[in-house]
Amino acid sequence: MTNYLIHSVRILGGDVSDLVIRDGLITEITAGEEGAGGAPFDTTLEVIDATGLIALPGLVDLHTHLREPGREDAETVESGTQAAALGGFTAVHAMANTDPVADTAGVVEQVWRLGREAGYCDVFPVGAVTVGLAGERLAELGAMADSQARVRVFSDDGKCVSDPLLMRRALEYVKAFDGVIAQHAQDPRLTENAQMNEGALSGRLGLAGWPAVAEEAIIARDCLLAAHVGSRLHVCHVSTAGSVEIVRQAKASGWDVTAEVCPHHLLLTDDLAATYDPIYKVNPPLRSAADVEALRAGLADGTIDIVATDHAPHPHEDKDCEWAAAAFGMLGLETALSIVHETMVNSGLLDWAGVAERMSLAPARIGRLDSHGHGVVVGAPANLVLYDPAVRRTIVASELASLSRNTPYAGMELPGRVVATFLRGDATVLKGVLA
Amino acid sequence: MKRHLLSAADLTRADAELVLETAEEMRSLADRPIKKLPALRGRTVVNLFFEDSTRTRISFEAAAKRLSADVINFAAKGSSVSKGESLKDTALTLEAMGADAVIVRHHASGAPHRLAHSGWVRSNVINAGDGTHEHPTQALLDAFTMWRHLAPTNGGSLVGCRVAIVGDVLHSRVARSNALLLHTLGAHVTLVAPPTLLPVGIDTWPVDTSYDLEAVLPKADVVMMLRVQRERMNASFFPTAREYSRRFGLDGRRMAQLQDHTIVMHPGPMVRGMEITADVADSDRSVIVEQVTNGVAVRMAVLYLLLGGNESAGTTTEGALA
Repeated sequence: MTNYLIHSVRILGGDVSDLVIRDGLITEITAGEEGAGGAPFDTTLEVIDATGLIALPGLVDLHTHLREPGREDAETVESGTQAAALGGFTAVHAMANTDPVADTAGVVEQVWRLGREAGYCDVFPVGAVTVGLAGERLAELGAMADSQARVRVFSDDGKCVSDPLLMRRALEYVKAFDGVIAQHAQDPRLTENAQMNEGALSGRLGLAGWPAVAEEAIIARDCLLAAHVGSRLHVCHVSTAGSVEIVRQAKASGWDVTAEVCPHHLLLTDDLAATYDPIYKVNPPLRSAADVEALRAGLADGTIDIVATDHAPHPHEDKDCEWAAAAFGMLGLETALSIVHETMVNSGLLDWAGVAERMSLAPARIGRLDSHGHGVVVGAPANLVLYDPAVRRTIVASELASLSRNTPYAGMELPGRVVATFLRGDATVLKGVLA
Repeated sequence: MKRHLLSAADLTRADAELVLETAEEMRSLADRPIKKLPALRGRTVVNLFFEDSTRTRISFEAAAKRLSADVINFAAKGSSVSKGESLKDTALTLEAMGADAVIVRHHASGAPHRLAHSGWVRSNVINAGDGTHEHPTQALLDAFTMWRHLAPTNGGSLVGCRVAIVGDVLHSRVARSNALLLHTLGAHVTLVAPPTLLPVGIDTWPVDTSYDLEAVLPKADVVMMLRVQRERMNASFFPTAREYSRRFGLDGRRMAQLQDHTIVMHPGPMVRGMEITADVADSDRSVIVEQVTNGVAVRMAVLYLLLGGNESAGTTTEGALA
């Protein structure tokens, strides 16, 4: 295996350092001197000139749709993990709403194995909470936890575990193996046929409204349930100011609640629906500018623990149609870091250490991963991203590694670029392309 | 005017008044022995209907035929089964056949907008009703009907006229288009409905709202009743059809509160006994049948103005109305 000297890199955007990767671990970090160059002190090391680049710990996504098995026309584990590596991720959690649903040890082990074979990024399958995501009876959560895939995160994402009793039982049951229920908070009755954020614009466009309360009521209920049974709750893709406030109160009460926000909810707003272009159709929907502000503030102050992509590939025909007929979801893996850069770092709300916490350390903790989220420190597995914060790039859908093209950012100029990604010391991306 | 008619908001006041004036000329054709103009000879107009609507389709068909256009009726039912693909594929088919204008009725809000802006077709697109969004030619024919009745005694315009639109505003594309167009024309609109049938954010519309029909009626110059589907009560928009009728239906007793000149309108199809009683629908105040006649004239005006000025047909249309 190749060992590397990363020369002149700014770890978490800090002082210039030299960093040595040996046998899959970060073995040395020494104060460096920018541009000092020169021969490596150890000729067995391959030198990467990282002048101007910053080093971040390998990103961990708690919310990815890899579509395999079942919708290999939209994405495969291989293409999805390639996209992940190019986005700076070294671990992704593959959501359970595949076909068949990942509700048995057999399916989660299949996805886990496909991830190992692809080799671009560790794949940690998420197990379904209920059989077939039907919301009627618990899937064999223990079997999935005990499987080779070692599932710790359970979610019916795409659907809400809306039955309060079932949710209570799920929260209780996963305590046995330190699992967490990641809830897709959407009251189904309040969102029947819902198409976009409910507000003045939905009324004008004649698109059925998706009220904030449909999300907030479930989050409030689940926080109370988690507190009552003393279990862990993770709230997927928080999208409203009210949701942020509820999570803030739950944390203030000392309850074990974590929450995620998606990059698109940090950047885009519901007025894009006025184009009737379903590239902007997503679940939960794009919200108002005030919600975006509250989400950014919540992510900055730690109320929202992590950024998760909700990378949701869809084949072209499922977006090339009228709004109501289109699928919900947008791509996210290859643009997430740039959007966090734009919305959180360039705005002064977070420094790079804060980004590392929210995109690597915290998601690894929530997922109970022992091989990720250790930060850029000596002795840690060499899961690492080298990122050029100075460049700007225009997003071109056809250049993405994902099999699908449903990015809402096509044509948009975003800051930064992933130059290299290392998974346990192996380069998965070098010079901005797959290694 | 813009190339497409997708929303009543696409029309400036000058545009809208031009349509009304043109419609008046088109209407006068009905009194001539030969009711046909050569204006759109050689042009192809497609009625693309993804949703059943016999009255709107035949109204557009009659309008196009009176302008000598070739009309193709394309009833694409069952589109919900094949989902959205059929909209694009159908559009590509029509484009390949050389359609000059596509008149589209679709169950999905925004479908005409997609058709016009997706690059699938080059034709002019006219929205003939999309989901719960808009129905701009209905608003134009309603405005035309009001204009014929009220403008002569109101300085030649609808400025300051008070229009009450009553019923299921939430699900009504007619109400949306009317609110926008009547505002553009200077009329004063009051939407009357139970709170459950008014959209969220209605306070941002250029209208007043009321939950009290009886308070609104004495001041109205126009009362427009909207269709209310009985099935709405199953989704708890109101408790029963009877309660709806008692609170928001227009019957003979309420009609007696209206000013002498006030007209009663309905875009059809009516649910007699629900939002309007038979004696009101058939009364002298009712202009419901006239709305249908005016619909053809207004749609002729829209087709003429959107298509007539274009390309080859342009020269022949210049003098057509003279």
